[in-house]
Amino acid sequence: MQRILSYPEAIKEAIEQEMTQNPSVIVLGQGIDDPKGTLGTTKGLVDKFGTERVFDTPLAEDGMTGVAIGAALAGLRPIHTHIRMDFVLLAMNQLINMAAKMRYMFGGEVFIPMVVRSIIGKSWGQGAQHSQSIYPLLMNIPGLKIFAPSTPYDAKGCLTQGIRDDNPVLFIEHRLLYYQRGYVPTGNYTVPFGKARILANGEDITLVGISQMAIECLRARQYLKEIHIEAEVIDPVSLSPLDINTILDSALKTKRLMVIDNAWMTCGAGAEIITQLIERNLPRDVVLKRMGFASVPCPTTPSLERYFYPDAKTIALNAYQMLFSGKKTWQPRTELQIEEVEFKGPF
Amino acid sequence: MNNQIHKLTEKFYGSLYRIRRVEEEIARIYHTDKIKSPVHLSIGQEAISVGVCEALRPDDTVFGTYRGHAMYLAKGGNLKKMIAELYGKSTGCSKGKGGSMHLIDIARGVMGTSAIVGTTIPLSVGYAYALKYKKSDSIVVSFFGDGAVDEGAFHESMNFATLKRLPILFICENNLYAIHSHHLRRRHSDNIYERARTYGMRAERIDDGDIFKIYEFTNNYVKQSMLGNIMPVFLECITYRWKEHVGPNDDFHLGYRTKDEAEYWIQNDQLKKLKSFLDTDISTKIESEIELEIKDAFEFAEESHFPEANELYTDLFKDSKCNGF
Ligand SMILES: Cc1ncc(C[n+]2csc(CCOP(=O)(O)OP(=O)(O)O)c2C)c(N)n1
Repeated sequence: MQRILSYPEAIKEAIEQEMTQNPSVIVLGQGIDDPKGTLGTTKGLVDKFGTERVFDTPLAEDGMTGVAIGAALAGLRPIHTHIRMDFVLLAMNQLINMAAKMRYMFGGEVFIPMVVRSIIGKSWGQGAQHSQSIYPLLMNIPGLKIFAPSTPYDAKGCLTQGIRDDNPVLFIEHRLLYYQRGYVPTGNYTVPFGKARILANGEDITLVGISQMAIECLRARQYLKEIHIEAEVIDPVSLSPLDINTILDSALKTKRLMVIDNAWMTCGAGAEIITQLIERNLPRDVVLKRMGFASVPCPTTPSLERYFYPDAKTIALNAYQMLFSGKKTWQPRTELQIEEVEFKGPF
Repeated sequence: MNNQIHKLTEKFYGSLYRIRRVEEEIARIYHTDKIKSPVHLSIGQEAISVGVCEALRPDDTVFGTYRGHAMYLAKGGNLKKMIAELYGKSTGCSKGKGGSMHLIDIARGVMGTSAIVGTTIPLSVGYAYALKYKKSDSIVVSFFGDGAVDEGAFHESMNFATLKRLPILFICENNLYAIHSHHLRRRHSDNIYERARTYGMRAERIDDGDIFKIYEFTNNYVKQSMLGNIMPVFLECITYRWKEHVGPNDDFHLGYRTKDEAEYWIQNDQLKKLKSFLDTDISTKIESEIELEIKDAFEFAEESHFPEANELYTDLFKDSKCNGF
């Protein structure tokens, strides 16, 4: 029988296994050793590994990012966790001015084996300052590697890879992904950078969904299936470096491609993906579209919040429009279900 | 003067003279545009780096700022590689990708200097955390200017360093100005070292630039930490920068500071003072050896090659290239 784990359990297992194997791995972050342990992902680690390797930090994101970089320079492998991605904004100076460029500006004399974990806090009225996902900002920076896996399998494999990588790695989680359950091998394994994952095959349209939007795309795929449209769903998994070839092959096959960003669209990952496709001489008859957050801060009230985010229904409707360019009308029959799409794997 | 002090005086003089003359040479050739990199000269402030670094062991580590020539050289940084770096040559300490503001010499414990004010303070604290974690008995010294004290990262770092009782010596080189802004335009009181105390560490000020006092203080810290008394300690050194903020020139004509203010420090020049303690034949010998070394270093930089075009893409990531990773 294949073992099923939740997304946070997969994260915790990656950390625990790497800490067991390598005494250089340390974990720091606000609240990581409190009774909740970063939504369960660091729970119990302090009992197992001690307070020198697992410790709570002062509320000082910039300074503590610098501390992590300094520890990495001295040979440790810090995993710095942020319970909200919004707080990473306070660490931009250290992340961008130091971590991303120290190796380059010192001619390869140093390296920074560091992981920065951060959780996107979408939904339930999280509001404007607790819902942001700033990965497009960070994709703009050479010297950072970025993972945003959507499945428990990839969560464990990517995090293991990130901890072992000798460079600054951003590991982006999404609060709603914490409900995902799926096959996770018990042993160590890694998922490589720069390799997208085809979550479902299809011939009619390609849906590229980033982070939790990959799940919305899978749900949209179920709606579309009812009217015999087969969508191919791709999760880039690794945003930087980006695997454009897998996406390109799919676009060439289906002739229709939509990127669903889990962020604002201007200068976003969708803009980047579509531009890279065009630069690779994508035939002009391939239809392209972006979806993402509405161009406003996230409102709190559910009545507006539902218009702020793309979801399975709006993705399915946009896909349908793309296929039939307004000639027919259709509404997904099913009311939206919040339940998770389970991943059985193995990949 | 007893023999030991005499030996120290000779050593300090050599180190001070070397740094002063290197920077004077940089200033001299700067107009030729061979150094295409902003230079922040330490002339006038050298005694702090020398006083501190002479008391350190080779495996102690220093972090500093863009005004880092003195620290780099005082800690034993490779002079040839430094000058080649300023020239942008591939033989430079950062392969021409760093310039004057990003000097590094891992073998000598110089961990790299930063152009963003205050950024290396938390790095040095994290480095000290790792040393303590690895049960190493070496220490870290974090050099920064009075401007860095204004930054949030300074306070975040002080707090964490004392919280974790880390082996780190903070050296604030207070030359009274951040670019053209006097420090009392940027803070209510002249009390940097007292503020450090509020975080729970010992903090002192040396306000006359005396190299022996700075050396003594550091030496004491190193000895204490070898005995296992590990706590961060803070030293504010009042000093003065003789040249403009960035570049090789004087800037008293700008009017943001007075020549009178500078005069005290020019009279108080530690280089001149130490020279007066030495017999002429000794100082002459030291000087001529250093002159040769400097000449060599500039020749090395002149003769070295610029990096090839493909070097643009190397060293972004470890074990990988940035084009296509
Ligand atoms: C974060 C940041 N803000 C502003 C600057 C611009 N800047 C460069 S040097 C400098 C003055 C810093 O003064 P101080 O720390 O006292 O060092 P000094 O130049 O006197 O050695 C400033 C404001 C910068 N480099 N980094």
